Amino acid sequence: MIRTVHVEEITKNIKEMCIEANHYLSEDMDAAMKQAVETEKAPLGKQILTQLQENLQIAAKDMIPICQDTGMAVIFLEIGQDVHFEGGSLEDAVNEGVRQGYVDGFLRKSVVKDPLIRENTKDNTPAVIHTKIVQGDRVKIKVAPKGFGSENMSRVFMLKPAEGIEGVKHAVLTAVKDAGPNACPPMVVGVGIGGTFEKCALMAKEALTREVGSHSTIPYVRELEEELLSKINSLGIGPGGLGGTTTALAVNINTYPTHIAGLPVGVNICCHVNRHVIREL
Amino acid sequence: MEKHIKAPIEKQAAAKLKVGDYVYITGTIYTARDAAHKRMYEALSEGKELPVDIQKQMIYYMGPSPAREGRPIGSAGPTTASRMDKYAPQLLDLGLGAMIGKGKRSPEVIEAIRRNQSVYFAAVGGAGALLSKCITKSEVIAYDDLGTEAIRKLTVENFPVIVVIDSDGNNLYETAIKEYCTYSDDAEIR
Repeated sequence: MIRTVHVEEITKNIKEMCIEANHYLSEDMDAAMKQAVETEKAPLGKQILTQLQENLQIAAKDMIPICQDTGMAVIFLEIGQDVHFEGGSLEDAVNEGVRQGYVDGFLRKSVVKDPLIRENTKDNTPAVIHTKIVQGDRVKIKVAPKGFGSENMSRVFMLKPAEGIEGVKHAVLTAVKDAGPNACPPMVVGVGIGGTFEKCALMAKEALTREVGSHSTIPYVRELEEELLSKINSLGIGPGGLGGTTTALAVNINTYPTHIAGLPVGVNICCHVNRHVIREL
Repeated sequence: MEKHIKAPIEKQAAAKLKVGDYVYITGTIYTARDAAHKRMYEALSEGKELPVDIQKQMIYYMGPSPAREGRPIGSAGPTTASRMDKYAPQLLDLGLGAMIGKGKRSPEVIEAIRRNQSVYFAAVGGAGALLSKCITKSEVIAYDDLGTEAIRKLTVENFPVIVVIDSDGNNLYETAIKEYCTYSDDAEIR
C-alpha cells in the first residue's frame, strides 16, 4: 500500500524541529550534562558545567538559543519505500522548513551561498540533506543543527589496514587532543570506521545523533567506545578546555564494511550543544 | 582570583591580570569576527582608518543570534579565536586592549599579547543564553551589511570571563590541562 505524505507536513515539522533543537537539549544530552556536574573533579570545570546548566535553563525559559551558533541545518531523512510525496519537491519543502524555523525562530543565519565568495543567504538555507530509502511507509526525520567551532576540528584519516585498532585509537585521540578548547568541551565524539572516504565521515556525523549513553551492538565496538571515552577523559582538557576530568560525554562509533586496501576513520566532533531532534511521520 | 574590571582597559590594569583569574567586565566592548576582521585588515592595508578607535578597547569575537522583542541581543557566546589569529597581532600593535573569545591562540598572537601588555580572555563557549543576560545594550556601528558579523558596540555588566593568556605570555590552556592529565600511554598520541 502506498501512503501519501504532503510535503507541507515536512516543512511544518522541520520548522518546529529547528526551533526545538536550538532551545532544548534532548533528554539523553540533558542527563549527561547533569551527571557531568556531579562527577567533574576540577573546581573551575565544575563551575563551568554549572554555568552551562544555568545557560540551558535560561535558553528554555526565555527562548534564547542555547548557543548563538545555531548551526548549519543537517537533516537526515529515512523514507519508507511505500511513501509517495505530493505537493511539490521534497528538497524545497525541507529548505522551506529550515527557512521558516531560522527566520521565525530568531535563529542565527550562518550560511554563505558560495564557500569562497561568502555572501550570507540570510535564511540559513540550504540545509545539508541526507536521504536513505528504507522499508515501510513512514518518514523518519532527524534535525541536527551543527555548530562549526567543533565541526572545524573534525577529521578524516585514511589509515592502512595494518594500523588496525591501535591506529583507530590514535586517530580519535589525536583529533580530540588537537580540538581541545576550540570544540567547546565537554564534547560528543562521533566516529565512523570503514566504508569509503565519504562514508566514514557520514557515519561519524550520524553517530552524533545516536543517543548519548547508548552503545554499539557489536561487542568489540562497544568496548572501543568505552575505552576511548575513558582515555579522552584522562587527557585533562576538561570543560571549556580549562582543565578537568570531563572532556567528552560520549564516544559513539558506527562501522561499515570496507575495501581490502583501506581503513577509513571519520571523527566528527560536536560541542556540548549536541542537538538532535527526531520525529516520525 | 575573582576580579572586577572596567572596559576599555589600560595596559597597567591588563598587566595585573594573571592566568586563571575569574574576571567580571563592566563597560563598553566591541564585537568583531571573521568578516569584520577581514575588512579592518583591508582598510589598514589601504591606509584607511578603522571604523572604531581600538585604543584600549576590548574586542569580543562574537556574532549574536537575532534579538527577540524587548531584548537588546539574542544568544551571544564567544566564537573560536584562532580564526582571528592572522589579524590580531596588527590590532594589538595598534593599541587593542584585550580580546575575548574561546580556544587556542597562535605563538604570534601570544607574543603580541606579551609585547603589548594585553590580555586574552575566554568566555564559556556554548553559554550564549547566559552571557546575553550580561549585555544591556547593543548597537551596530559598522559593516551593517555583514549581518551577525557586523561590528557592534555592547554595554556589558559583570560579563564573566577567565584570563587564559596573560601579559607575561602564560597560557592557561597548557597549564590547566597538565594538572588533570592522567593519560599514561603517550605513545598513542603524537
